[in-house]
Amino acid sequence: MNRRRSPAASAKTKQRTELLRQMVRIRRFEERCVELYSAAQIRGFMHLYIGEEAVAVGLLQTLSPDDAVVSTYREHGHALARGVPMVSVMAEMFGRTTGCSRGRGGSMHLFDASRRFYGGNAIVGGGLPIALGLALADAMLSRPQVTACLFGDGAVAEGEFHECLNLAALWRLPVLFCCENNLYAMGTALARAQAETDLALRASSYGMPSWAVDGMDVEAVAAAGNRAVETMRASPGPCFLELRTYRFRAHSMYDAERYRDKTEVEHWKQFDPIDKLTARMYDDGELADEAVKKLESEVDSELDDAVSEAQAGPLEPVEDLTRFVYTERP
Amino acid sequence: MTTTHTTYREAIREALREALRDDERVFLMGEDVGRYGGCFAVSLGLLEEFGPERIRDTPLSESAFVGAGIGAALAGMRPIVEIMTVNFSLLALDQILNNAATLLHMSGGQLGVPLVIRMTTGAGRQLAAQHSHSLEGWYAHIPGLRIIAPATLPDARGMLRPALECPDPVLMFEHGSLYNAAGELDEPAEPVDIDTAAIRRSGDDVSLITYGGTLPTTLTAAEQLAANNIQADVIDLRTLRPLDETTIVDSVRRTNHAVVIDEGWRSGSLSAEITARITEHAFYDLDAPVQRVCTAEVPMPYAKHLEDAALPQADDVVAAAQRAVG
Ligand SMILES: Cc1ncc(C[n+]2csc(CCOP(=O)(O)OP(=O)(O)O)c2C)c(N)n1
Repeated sequence: MNRRRSPAASAKTKQRTELLRQMVRIRRFEERCVELYSAAQIRGFMHLYIGEEAVAVGLLQTLSPDDAVVSTYREHGHALARGVPMVSVMAEMFGRTTGCSRGRGGSMHLFDASRRFYGGNAIVGGGLPIALGLALADAMLSRPQVTACLFGDGAVAEGEFHECLNLAALWRLPVLFCCENNLYAMGTALARAQAETDLALRASSYGMPSWAVDGMDVEAVAAAGNRAVETMRASPGPCFLELRTYRFRAHSMYDAERYRDKTEVEHWKQFDPIDKLTARMYDDGELADEAVKKLESEVDSELDDAVSEAQAGPLEPVEDLTRFVYTERP
Repeated sequence: MTTTHTTYREAIREALREALRDDERVFLMGEDVGRYGGCFAVSLGLLEEFGPERIRDTPLSESAFVGAGIGAALAGMRPIVEIMTVNFSLLALDQILNNAATLLHMSGGQLGVPLVIRMTTGAGRQLAAQHSHSLEGWYAHIPGLRIIAPATLPDARGMLRPALECPDPVLMFEHGSLYNAAGELDEPAEPVDIDTAAIRRSGDDVSLITYGGTLPTTLTAAEQLAANNIQADVIDLRTLRPLDETTIVDSVRRTNHAVVIDEGWRSGSLSAEITARITEHAFYDLDAPVQRVCTAEVPMPYAKHLEDAALPQADDVVAAAQRAVG
């Protein structure tokens, strides 16, 4: 029998399906990147986000297109969740002129000015001051935007972190500080690097609303993100979210992972954010096998298209090597 | 046209005032630029005139507020960030090099950073090693930055405007010993370009190539040389990156002798770069090896006699020019 669902319930289902789709897109994108990397088709430092998808997807759905996003070198997921087209991210991995940074950035430096994605900063902590400035400009120009600044737990040990939280709180700047606490900075566990491991607590000492959130639960992240952004839009000033998450893969493609046990990783895989949402949706009767299959095949074909288009994209001519060092003026 | 009596400090202040008045997007940000009036009193009075939003005192957070300048520039403002001295800019070097200088390129041309960073440089006031170094040559090493160094009143008055109009990050180095330099300045101020070097004195016997704080020293030396019948061409580089190679090379082709005067250290310095360019482009025009007058290779000492001994002096320039001319 076909149960009739209320409009509210079906809106919720739609939203959940979208969250699921975005997480699956990121996961599959990166799994494909691993294959391409192993086949030596893409190179450089590559940092995977697998396991952490709920953070990007949950957070970025709260933002409007006019808000700004500042990101790190582990930013494939951030870029995709922000709406940077998959093909332009993939083309950047291939170093093509059609890549979102015209082949000059690679995996660690994805940018999309049109989407206010001030992406890929490979200096740990280096994005925080930029976020401050974006928010300062918005505040000075009386624009209602917020700036979301993503960074890892490693950045919390840096001077810049403290400089920026202090300044954002002092000047009441609309920066949403989003700390992706995946428990490791390369091979250094949080507790081996930080005297106080409760990061939200530390941020709250600067007098800003701070929350610790289950970063493996996309709906919990979305709820926290919505609450933080509402708080910021209602009264200017920064907020801090500690997203407690875990990366299932090594720090980068070069990492032999000597610093943690396989059992630890296996333990965390029980909290896989994609599995978690999928199970919840099955339980609530919002998902059926066909729907999952359909979603996956849609993502696969998007990915296939992105790869073939990216691969076929032209390389930036070597004569253009020294372009974009200074602004080109007519 | 009238002229007013002014100082280098007041000329920069006037340039700041004009910029703030003419463009709502311009604001000044740095340590003690507001209530204190600027640690070299450059921004004295601007807080009263423009208010704390636009004359923005910052905490001692060089990295954060320089980076905030970059972010604000990305989002449509025209920030002028003041760093007290180049020595402290090292705490913001990451932001300047890894972000301001590289974002445009890394983003494939999407993210230009129209930012001006002003800072003091140089020695001569017995402030010892952590307040006296001349590191602008280091910054001139970095593609993506434009480095300017006003040495005269018209340049102090006129360089800020083209710096703000430049779509890329500009670092402006003000030598601490120049702030009190006084003289007459034309009103309205003449436009200054930041693309070409200026010839401050013409002569056919030797090219004296310098910039910033050592320009007065070099001009004094040129007078002494003239008394001995050696006529010097004095080139004020004004812009350290990109270098105006043409003016340098044309002068050396004419004089066949060159001396580079630079308050930076000799090893791996801007003076080394200029010397190399001369050998690349005018080697067969040289009648003698290029001479250099630089700061002694020591951290700057405090004691006056040691500091004087470490710094390029007019006598050193005269001696170097005489060696060159032979
Ligand atoms: C300033 C700086 N120091 C060191 C590094 C080398 N490095 C790259 S990633 C990393 C760990 C950062 O960990 P975290 O901030 O927690 O982010 P995660 O990789 O876990 O996402 C380090 C030390 C760097 N890129 N920048």
